[in-house]
Formats: sequence, structure tokens, C-alpha cells
Amino acid sequence: MRYYTYFPGCSASEGGAKAYNWSAKAVSRVLDVDLAELEDWNCCGSTPSGSVDELGAYCMATRNLALAEKRGLEMVTPCSACYVIFNRTNTYLNGYPPFKAKVNEALAAGNLAYRGTVKVRHLLDILTTDIGYDAIKSRVKKPLAGLKVAPYYGCQVVRPRFGFDDPEYPQSLDKLVLSLGAEPTNFPLKARCCGGSLVLSEEDVALDLIHRLLQSASSNGAECLITVCPLCQTNLDIYQSRVNKKFKTSYRLPVLFFTQLMGIAFGLEEDAIGLRNCIVPIEEVLAKYV
Amino acid sequence: MQLKTRSETFIEEICDIPGGEGIKRCIQCGTCTASCPNADKMDHTPAELIAMARAGMRREVLSSNAMWYCLSCYLCTVRCPRGIKQTGLMHAFESLAMRDGVSYAGSFTPTMYRSFNHFACALGSMPEFGFMTWFYMLSNPLRAWKMIPIALELFRHGRLSIKARRLTPEGTKQLRAILEKAETLGGVT
Ligand code: SF4
Ligand code: SF4
Repeated sequence: MRYYTYFPGCSASEGGAKAYNWSAKAVSRVLDVDLAELEDWNCCGSTPSGSVDELGAYCMATRNLALAEKRGLEMVTPCSACYVIFNRTNTYLNGYPPFKAKVNEALAAGNLAYRGTVKVRHLLDILTTDIGYDAIKSRVKKPLAGLKVAPYYGCQVVRPRFGFDDPEYPQSLDKLVLSLGAEPTNFPLKARCCGGSLVLSEEDVALDLIHRLLQSASSNGAECLITVCPLCQTNLDIYQSRVNKKFKTSYRLPVLFFTQLMGIAFGLEEDAIGLRNCIVPIEEVLAKYV
Repeated sequence: MQLKTRSETFIEEICDIPGGEGIKRCIQCGTCTASCPNADKMDHTPAELIAMARAGMRREVLSSNAMWYCLSCYLCTVRCPRGIKQTGLMHAFESLAMRDGVSYAGSFTPTMYRSFNHFACALGSMPEFGFMTWFYMLSNPLRAWKMIPIALELFRHGRLSIKARRLTPEGTKQLRAILEKAETLGGVT
């Protein structure tokens, strides 16, 4: 058993990406990974908040880090945005002592202090690096032979360079698809942007980007996409019908969290991994393979 | 005592922001601009914005629309040959523009960010349904109307919770105390 502190983030815990949280926990159980949720965590501080009030946002991030430091374990999050926020916070706190002093001064008002020792990692990193492809392969009960999956990384799991995979030509998710017995498709735009939260304020800008991604995946023969971020899944899945309307296309590409695809291959119950939460249904595609 | 010129003060202000000091190393190679998926929407490209900031054009930089079209995709940041963290600079410009009350009015993004921050700070957690309703009402009620099909679709698939996740009362109090204190400390620098 491997132990981590788990930070689900707002979107996966009570928001639109609950299926990510469920499936992350379900496949972790199968792989002997203990994800103990950080108690009483708050929003990570988020990109939008950082653009309104930088110091406040850093303090929100650091409260979580300070709570996690008490447990002394590495913290893992399935959300690419939370992942970047925490890593950036750690980098700046540890690189700029006066800044750390300031944030700790604010934290002291809540009887907290942060030394700067919590390593924060993405769930994809944990599962592919710590657990590994062979262990994943050994749990596969329903190999997805023939299923063509476009591995979509998006931006923040690989950029900026906090991590475990190439920032422009990542491979980890491709290899994961292989270890599940499925086939990763060529996907030139696999690490390009989905539009992020601008889908709310500048919908046309985002639809344009989503359209390019769907086109890239589908022209390479993908039958579905997998993602590693709540926002990416939301944009590609929920806004697919709007893309079709705007660009007169007829995409019908299911978009799963990578943990959901793992769950399918592990033979887990549909409800345990939230397959019904997908707007574009996956059932038709799966019927051909499982 | 020597008086600082305006340009010196803006560049110093940026250099004091964690991650901001790299701006002095820019060689205007344009890699950031060439990498940016939204450069065509910006009134000043990422490289231009950096040149302007270095020239001390504080008002022009902070009232630009450029940073509000930044997607935080970090392509510029990983490609910059001088190790400049432009994405972070974009966030810093946004935050300074908000503080000065000069943020660009032609996009709904500043309003969206503000509504988001409002909820995140008040509740400590992001209630997506409440936040979106609030934002659409603030920005343009007509757009709220257009969002109804999406909301219904989400609801039908169990993805729209009306109820928000709450911290414990102690957690809420603690977070509030921290944020109140932070407010008195005058920004990151
Ligand atoms: S890529 Fe870096 S060095 Fe080149 S123009 Fe942009 S900020 Fe300057
Ligand atoms: S992070 Fe922002 S400025 Fe940089 S390339 Fe992406 S959208 Fe453009």
C-alpha cells in the first residue's frame, strides 16, 4: 500500500467532474494506493483568483499546504489547475524568503504556518511513475484491444515544467493507454489548450480551440478521448454540441477521464466510475470492444 | 535622495513580484508571441506587452486587453529562451489592473474572474452552479438564457449540484482570518 494526502479540488469533489473523483478513488483502491482526503481543505486559490488578488490566492493555496504538511505525506491532486497552483506556490515561497514571511504572517492569523515541505504531484504522475505501467497492466480484466483512444494532456499537467513528462510532447498517457490494451492514436494537438475558463467569458474563442482539438483527434481515427483535468473534460464534452452547431460538424466523441478508462479495463462497475456523467455517451463505442 | 522616474518604478514593481524579475532579460525574439494561441485577439502581443512594460508604459500595459485573453496555457513560458515567465506576468498585470481599477472593459473575463474569486473567498470552495448563475446575471442576462440548455444537460447527467461544499465552521473562520490579514499586507510585493 502507498499512502498520499489527496486533494480532489472543487470541480472533482462537488462540481461537474465528480466522476473523476469517484473513478480516481476506485482505480486507486485496485492499485493499492491510499488516497486520504485532506481534511477541511479550501479552493486551491485558482487561476482566476490569482488574477484578482494574487496574495489572497497564494494564501488560499498555502493554507492547504500547511494542513497537508501536518500529515507529512506527498499530496496528490487529479486536477491539472490545482497541480500548477500548488507547485507555483511552493516554488515562489521557497525561492523568495520575504514572500514566504508575508504569507506566513497571514497564515498566523489562522494559527497556521507553512515550512514549505509538501511535494505536490498529479494523479497521472503517481499512477504512471510510482505504480507503473506493468502493475496497471496486471490488473486489466477487460483488455480494450482495438479501441482507438486520443490521449489528451492539455496544458497544465505538463506546463510549466514542474514535472514528470515532456512539456510539449508528453508520453505518459500514451503509454498508459497501451498498458490497458487499447491503442493510442496519433494526436498532434494533444498538449494544446482547450480554452480553459475562457469558455465562460469568451465562448467563441474557446469553441474555436475545442474545434481544432476534436478535428485533430477525429482525423487520426480516435473513437474517444481521455483527459487528465476537470476543465478539459468539461470543455470537450459539454461544449461539443456547440462546436457542432457553430462549425456545422457532427462530432460525437466521448470524453472520459483517464481513470474512467482504467476503471473500464479493470472491470469496475459503471456507477463506481461515473460513466453516466458523460454527456456524449461512451456505451456505443464500448459495446464494440468490451 | 534621488527621485525614481515612472519607468523605473513600474519595472521595479514587476521585478518585485515573485517570478517577475526575468522581464529584464527579454531579447524581443518573439517566440512567446509566435507560440500564443490567442495572440491574434490581443491588442498587444505578449512580446510587445513586455517591451511596453520595460519602457515604463504602465497605464497602457494595465489597460490592454492582452492578459484577459491569456489562457494560462504556459506555452510561452516553456519556450522562452530567456526563461521569462510570461504567463505569471500576465496574471500579475491582471491583478495590478484590478487593483488600479483600469481593467479592460471589452471582455467579460475580468467580471468572470471577479465573480469566481468572490465565491472562492466567501465560501472557501467553488459552487459551480451559483458562480455561473451569478456571473451570467452580472455580465449579460441574455447569455444566462442561452446557458439553460447546457445547465439542463448537466443536470440530467448528475453534474450540477445546487448545494455547495462547505468547510467546517472552524475552517471557514480560519480561512477568513487568513484572508482578512492578507488584505492588510498590501499585495505580493
Ligand atoms: S520569448 Fe522570451 S525573450 Fe523572446 S520576446 Fe518573449 S519574453 Fe522576450
Ligand atoms: S500562457 Fe497566455 S500568453 Fe502565454 S502562450 Fe498561452 S495564452 Fe499566450
